[in-house]
Amino acid sequence: MNEKFSLNVDGKSQGVVADPDTPLLYVLRDDLGLNNPHFGCGLAQCGACTVHLDGQPIRSCITPVSAVGDAKIVTLAGLGTPEKPHPLQTAYIEEQVPQCGYCINGWLMTAAAFLRDNKKPTDAQIRSALEGLKCRCGTHVSILRAVKRAAAMMG
Amino acid sequence: MNRITKLGGPSRRALLKTGGALVVSIGAAVPFDFARAFALSPLQPDQLSSYIAVNADGTVSAFFGKIDMGHGIAVAIAQMVAEELDVPFKAVKVLMGDTATSVNQGGASGATGVQNGGKQLRAAAAEARRVLIDLAAEKLGVPAERLSVNGGIVHTGTEMAKSVSYGELIGGRYFNVTLAWNGKIGNPLYAPGKARPKDPKDYKIVGQPIKREDVAPRVFAQFNFCPDVKVPGMVHGRMIRPAIAGAVPASVDESSIKDIPGARVVWNQGFLGVVADKEWDAIKAAQQLKVTWSNAAPPFPDQASLYDHIRKAPVRKQESPDPQTGNVDDAFKGAARVIEAEYEWPFQSHASMGPACAVVEIKNDQVTLWTGSQKPHFTRDGVAGILGLPPENVRAIWVPGPGSYGRNDAGDAAMDAALLAKAVGKPVRLQYMRDQATGWDPKAPASIHRARAAIDAAGKVVAYEFTSKAFPRVDVNSNESKPHDTLAGQLTGVALQSGDGFGVPEDSYGFANKRTSWETIAPLLDRGSPLRTSHLRDPVGPQIHFASESFMDEVAAALKIDPVAFRLQYVTDARDIAVIKAAAEKAGWQSRPSPRKDQSGNKVSGRGFAYVQRHPTRVAVVAEVEIDRSSGKIWARKFTVAHDCGQIINPDGLLHTIEGNVVQATSRTLWEEVRFNNKNVTSVDWLSYPILDITQTPETIDVVLIDRPEIAPTGAGEPATRPVAAAIANAVFDATGVRIRRVPFSPDYVKAALS
Repeated sequence: MNEKFSLNVDGKSQGVVADPDTPLLYVLRDDLGLNNPHFGCGLAQCGACTVHLDGQPIRSCITPVSAVGDAKIVTLAGLGTPEKPHPLQTAYIEEQVPQCGYCINGWLMTAAAFLRDNKKPTDAQIRSALEGLKCRCGTHVSILRAVKRAAAMMG
Repeated sequence: MNRITKLGGPSRRALLKTGGALVVSIGAAVPFDFARAFALSPLQPDQLSSYIAVNADGTVSAFFGKIDMGHGIAVAIAQMVAEELDVPFKAVKVLMGDTATSVNQGGASGATGVQNGGKQLRAAAAEARRVLIDLAAEKLGVPAERLSVNGGIVHTGTEMAKSVSYGELIGGRYFNVTLAWNGKIGNPLYAPGKARPKDPKDYKIVGQPIKREDVAPRVFAQFNFCPDVKVPGMVHGRMIRPAIAGAVPASVDESSIKDIPGARVVWNQGFLGVVADKEWDAIKAAQQLKVTWSNAAPPFPDQASLYDHIRKAPVRKQESPDPQTGNVDDAFKGAARVIEAEYEWPFQSHASMGPACAVVEIKNDQVTLWTGSQKPHFTRDGVAGILGLPPENVRAIWVPGPGSYGRNDAGDAAMDAALLAKAVGKPVRLQYMRDQATGWDPKAPASIHRARAAIDAAGKVVAYEFTSKAFPRVDVNSNESKPHDTLAGQLTGVALQSGDGFGVPEDSYGFANKRTSWETIAPLLDRGSPLRTSHLRDPVGPQIHFASESFMDEVAAALKIDPVAFRLQYVTDARDIAVIKAAAEKAGWQSRPSPRKDQSGNKVSGRGFAYVQRHPTRVAVVAEVEIDRSSGKIWARKFTVAHDCGQIINPDGLLHTIEGNVVQATSRTLWEEVRFNNKNVTSVDWLSYPILDITQTPETIDVVLIDRPEIAPTGAGEPATRPVAAAIANAVFDATGVRIRRVPFSPDYVKAALS
């Protein structure tokens, strides 16, 4: 049975009508028209669907819309803009990280939360924070370079 | 004088503004109204305007019949076109993979984007410049040989007052110039004009490390992938596959999904799918639908007997593509010593980052297909075929898919979406689920490889023999232009037509007696198989060269010769020698035989070498690894790669391409194996098909780019994948003295091998 939900997405409050079990991913993509969180596995194994919920990275493919409540959702579109980029976005462009780029939400949203809470991280800490995220094109070396560049920018 | 056809007024409207259509270009503005323009003039491979257009504002559109798999090839193509035309790089927009605006140059295929696709665009741009200078000569009343071009302005050198721009000469109009087309489509298409491309010594744009413009849209969530295409009125589709490969639905209970809004079943023989208005509803319907399946006998051997199956299976076809050198059999008879080894490589999956997606809209027998397939022109032909329509009724628009490394599941998705759309009379967006993406995509073939070398009394290699026995490289062709090459075709009654072919090592070892060959065996299931084979990045290259370059290391070790010195002793090609030396020098290679014998304890390290050719590109790689003996875990810590693909168009794009190759190949070497039981593939997600994790990512990939401006550029999208497995295996041997002859080098397997 469909229910009404009010979601705070990238600073904007939006109403949707959906089956409470619907994963947040489909609500964001299909009901709210946001294309950037992607379906990769539907199993919380890859990260392509990652968004922030009250600042914490979560996998929207397994998070029912009914579990979101009034938590603030931030997607990649809300992380930064070409005019006001997040340091990770700047670093990703500088390092020319993506190949296909379908995995990008997982790495950027996870790294953004990590760098916010961990200043001057070591290589091992960065790797550990990003463990489990998938990139099939093999851009891992560039990803590490970009995260380190962003960490340096964030002091 | 070249006749010029007016385009009926150059429209400044953006391309294809209709709902959901996506502009695929490396820049923002797209000057022509392409749909209208090409309706007026058929797109023909022998027409210059099929490749190059000068817009009224002097910008240039380059129409490319290949696509970008994530390496930024559009940048390289724009550089080649801008260079020949003498226009700024920023003035060129590359439009790729739309059958309405580009001829069939084969799509992404065999790392030929620059090698073949770029060659054609370069020739076309050079011809366009020649024609434009002729036009300017007439207009300015000056002989053509006195004219130069600077930034798209044709001028008389010192008399800058006498000048005319490309835009003034032809902006918004067709060239109407016929090229010397070789009559071929796809990769071999070539249609040069009368002009000769520039001398490389005059290059200003080619060779520059220009960055991609399509990275920023990706990181700012402004980029659309194929799964992001939305068409008004579309419904969502999902496919249903059997638990036992080969089973077909015997009965389908449509009432089992009647509570799901808009849910409908589409069933035709083995083809079974559902659609619903909402995506989550389509997913639920696919899960909830009650299906009774036919009794199919389990079609596969147990995985544990895969390699025995290959060994024992009747040979379907045998071939020795290169003539034998000398007399191998006689040389072995007289050998003082024979060294032999056998290697094994499993089935591997594309396991693209996201499951494939396709969107199909059919209106009055006119079809629009949005596809992530690497070969959209062929996909158009396939969709036309399965719908019973002529190809000209189908327009395929390539939109980047969620990863593409060959003939993955995208080709099947397009055909499935077409059948669903036809059945329900609405546009359909179909996306597979994860288990289907990994479980049911075409696989890279499993294989065994046998090598032997004859050594004479002086320790010289006098004979070498190498043969592969394998599932064929393509059960389904690397494009989906025929229904028999797709799941949809096979499940609706068109039998598989398995191709036959494999490959042999590519190198220049000058052994006096040498014979290489391959043998193929029949597929395990004659239709709708989750183990059907097709091309995955550098098709059969990693398999063959894992074996051949491991074997060279084995021979070197047996003869107690340094692995680099051994190769330099026998390799005959000058470019091969150069890459081998460049990699060794950059890595600080110290000459000594493997294995090293100075280590004890749990953690050991080693270095390994491998080199390959890949039709003309050459790559040599040094791998440095660390091994935890107690866990069997290998960390490929550092790679040093020397890469020669002839003339370098863009060193920045090339470096990233090589890095991606090396990391993905490391993943395939250490982790990747399609698991299956006798009923079906059981690798269905990232747990059952693990790939390299960031925690195991190499620390360093050092790349030496060897630029040869005078040699035509050749492929880079695949070659660096080829030598990686052998380099790692050779490094493991160097560290441990233990030879790993089976991929993947998973911790359990390595641990067992070390104990």
